Amino acid sequence: MLFLSQCINGLQLGSIYALVALGYSMVYGIIRLLNFAHGDVIMIGAYIALLTIGAGVNPALAVVLTIFGCVFISVLIERVAYRPLRSAPRISLLITAIGVSLLLQNVTQLLFTANTRPYPGSAIIPSKALKLGGLSLSLTTIVTILVSVGSMIALHLLIQKTRMGKAMRAVSEDTGAAQLMGIDINRVISVTFAIGSALAGIGSVLFCCRYPVVNPNIGSMLGLKAFVAAVLGGIGSIPGAVVGGFAIGFAEVLVTALGFSAWTDAVVFAILILVLLFKPAGLLGRGVAEKV
Amino acid sequence: MKRFATKAVAVVLAVVFGMSFVACSGEKKAEAAPAAQTQTETKTETKAAETIKVGVLAPLTGAVAEYGNAVNNGVVMYFDELNAKGGINGKQVELVTYDEEGDAVKAVTGYNSLVDQGVVAIVGDVTTGPTVAVVVESQADGMPMITASATAASVTCQMDGDKVVAVYENMFRSCFIDPFQGEKMAAFAKEVLGAKTAAVIYNTGLDYSVGCAESFQTKAAEVGLEVVAVESYSNDAVDFQGQLTNIAAKAPEVMFVPDYYSVVALMAPQAAAAGLSTTLLGSDGWDTVLDVVTDAALLEGAYYCSGYSPDDTREEVLTFVKNYQAKFGATPNMFSAQAYDAAMIMAAAIEKAEASGAKAGSAEYKAAIIAAMKATDMNCVTGHVTYDQYNNPEKSAAIIKIEGGATKYWGNY
Repeated sequence: MLFLSQCINGLQLGSIYALVALGYSMVYGIIRLLNFAHGDVIMIGAYIALLTIGAGVNPALAVVLTIFGCVFISVLIERVAYRPLRSAPRISLLITAIGVSLLLQNVTQLLFTANTRPYPGSAIIPSKALKLGGLSLSLTTIVTILVSVGSMIALHLLIQKTRMGKAMRAVSEDTGAAQLMGIDINRVISVTFAIGSALAGIGSVLFCCRYPVVNPNIGSMLGLKAFVAAVLGGIGSIPGAVVGGFAIGFAEVLVTALGFSAWTDAVVFAILILVLLFKPAGLLGRGVAEKV
Repeated sequence: MKRFATKAVAVVLAVVFGMSFVACSGEKKAEAAPAAQTQTETKTETKAAETIKVGVLAPLTGAVAEYGNAVNNGVVMYFDELNAKGGINGKQVELVTYDEEGDAVKAVTGYNSLVDQGVVAIVGDVTTGPTVAVVVESQADGMPMITASATAASVTCQMDGDKVVAVYENMFRSCFIDPFQGEKMAAFAKEVLGAKTAAVIYNTGLDYSVGCAESFQTKAAEVGLEVVAVESYSNDAVDFQGQLTNIAAKAPEVMFVPDYYSVVALMAPQAAAAGLSTTLLGSDGWDTVLDVVTDAALLEGAYYCSGYSPDDTREEVLTFVKNYQAKFGATPNMFSAQAYDAAMIMAAAIEKAEASGAKAGSAEYKAAIIAAMKATDMNCVTGHVTYDQYNNPEKSAAIIKIEGGATKYWGNY
């Protein structure tokens, strides 16, 4: 029974990591950018939900607003901070992404102070629990797992079955050739950012319902863990992000269940180092020879 | 440093003279006052210039700004009241505040800046990390300091593991120390609640949490309270489900969670989800937890210790709470109360140093302040304060119970 409970804990944690890792992987797959601001977009989403629900907006509408808010912020960031650097060396983009991450955290702190605030999670998902024998399964857990899996399937269909998905795959494979074939690169990249951040918005709602406190720093650790998940799965690979997310979630819970709770973060980041040392392309990623 | 200090003093003097000249000449032009009046003006001017400068070092912005501002409010309030009553030895107290943003490096810069501005004593710092950095820096100056909120043992003593190597003679505090809270709560669980089994879950990345957890376990072993589970998590963790599931399997009667309110607010719903039903015990970091937790019922029946309770009925507390509400429009939290006390203890010591006749800011003056603080024996807002050999206050803890969705003052223990 203890084992089963811990499995559910791992599933729940993994589904959130997977959702966030998807955003990382999508953007990386298209423009080879580690968008370190991704975690902070999640934090912005949390504030949007907090403020709208606080202002009396219907929770369902607030969720929609959160998702659109995240999309808007991300597309704006892409337009203002990343697009001008499209032809710059990748390291400049990476540094810019870190800068954007810090900017978002500090602006939020200026606007709303660093104070931790409660998140109205129970207005979005009622705090009820399903009892199955000795097993207690909260509604948040069930919704998180279902929504995560649903989003992943939708994303998969979008990328494999639609025209836009085809364009994304083309841009990912060879940007120059895609452009020659008449694909509007800017539009594809904007759409990628929009989809990635819509996932961040969904992730934001689920994450905060589960962990109902909000402060300007909530995105940073989540972002880092999801980044590790994306690398583990093979950054740039959509199924890889999902596998990586669940693997990290289960790894954390497993370490805790074995009685080494103090070591969870150490294990997660050790995984990152080991993957980079021995299988840099990740579990499902393609090894690409670096052009010199 | 010294040369810089001299230069700084010269610049400050130049500015002061310049300003007073401008002020005087302005006076003359505007009112064309008779000579006698101008003279009295100048006199009050020199008298006003003769102030006692006290430094305040606190994070007023940044991640721990909440504590810094609470502390600053308490200090400002005390010195405003004191100045209204005529100040110390007929001199007004002038606060020189430095915002260190919760950063140890900036705190040291801030300390040096305050010293260069001629403060005779400093109230601060607020959180443990920056405070320790400043204390080490302050050793050469013997600057009298008091912190209202840094609770680690290493703030007033140089530590080697659990052993005290040396006491930082110039550093005092008005809050109690980490181990003290763990001991109090373990004894409270056994002797008052009659618990036989306990669990501890703590933050490995927070000295405060580790210190409380260790002393809880030591004291528990002493009083015969069996600790059946010890779990931990890292500083930025938000998920404790795995640990709580482990603890729930052991079904302890009480669970000690020494951490700050935001972590407690995260942990409470997860504990319920893990099927853990136990009496939660907390440390003073729980202060204001009910503002953040989504459902107060999750913490029903929990106890935590605190340096102070606004519901305490002692005269000092009633007056303090009333005046604070009038000034800031909010109920003062523990940090403000401890800061008020820190200011009170510091002011009383400065008064004795003034009475000794030593020159303000001289080595004897500072030594006189330190000696006076060491001998503190007074009723403060957070209780009667005397100091032990390690410059830690000896006082009782207020136990707060969460009942019916509100905090209730249970009593002192």
